[in-house]
Amino acid sequence: MMGPGLSAYLLVAAAMFGVGLYGVLSRRNLVAIVVSVELMANAANLNLVAFSRFGGHPWGQALALFGLALTVAEVVVGLALVVLAARSHTSLDVDAMSSLKG
Amino acid sequence: MIDWVLFVVLALVTLGGALKVVSAEDLVHVVLWLAVTLLGTAGFYAMLDAGFLAAIQVLLYTGGVITLMLFAVLLVRREGGHIPAGGVAEPARAGVVALATAALSGFAIVRGGLLEGEAYRLEPKALGQVLLGPLALPFEALSVLLLAAMVGAIVLARRKDA
Repeated sequence: MMGPGLSAYLLVAAAMFGVGLYGVLSRRNLVAIVVSVELMANAANLNLVAFSRFGGHPWGQALALFGLALTVAEVVVGLALVVLAARSHTSLDVDAMSSLKG
Repeated sequence: MIDWVLFVVLALVTLGGALKVVSAEDLVHVVLWLAVTLLGTAGFYAMLDAGFLAAIQVLLYTGGVITLMLFAVLLVRREGGHIPAGGVAEPARAGVVALATAALSGFAIVRGGLLEGEAYRLEPKALGQVLLGPLALPFEALSVLLLAAMVGAIVLARRKDA
């Protein structure tokens, strides 16, 4: 019996992406939104590693490594912005951040 | 057979953690469930012959990023004993959009006629040779990006006039 194939991994990644998208769209707290974006980036990385394995080429793993580093950079800057927003606003609710609203 | 058992267990851990990430009430719990999901993904990486990436995922992500997020959560306002995650807005519409996206991707994966192919064995050595060979310049550019992100985060967090 064969182990799980390429599409099994891709389906798990698609489900993880969907859950992350739901979090981004429905959460109101800034930190929770950043965490949900992490889920989506993680799903993309899983896709890259799966393609690398079933395509037999290490470039997919290298791209996943780049994706990991890019996500880390995004989290670092994003969380700095969150801390900044927490200092200048009373709450981290994105619906309450309407000072630029026309 | 054992591969499938491992795969299903990892999928349950990963997706269960992901569902708790978007549904937990306490912000600290949200971040800790993200750690569970990331560890499950590291398991997938190990199953996919990417041992180096699995180690990076555990060390850098569940070690570094989760700690960073916990610091950020604890630095922002807390109310009483726990830190509320702020609830959800428009869960029905968000659910429809997310379900449609996942279903469309799933349909494309199942019906798209992907070549399953046999699984190749990938050695960690191959990754190192790619990173220090054809991808050496992007790899170095990446370190500049990380430096820029670090400097940017420090500048942002130290601003007094915000």
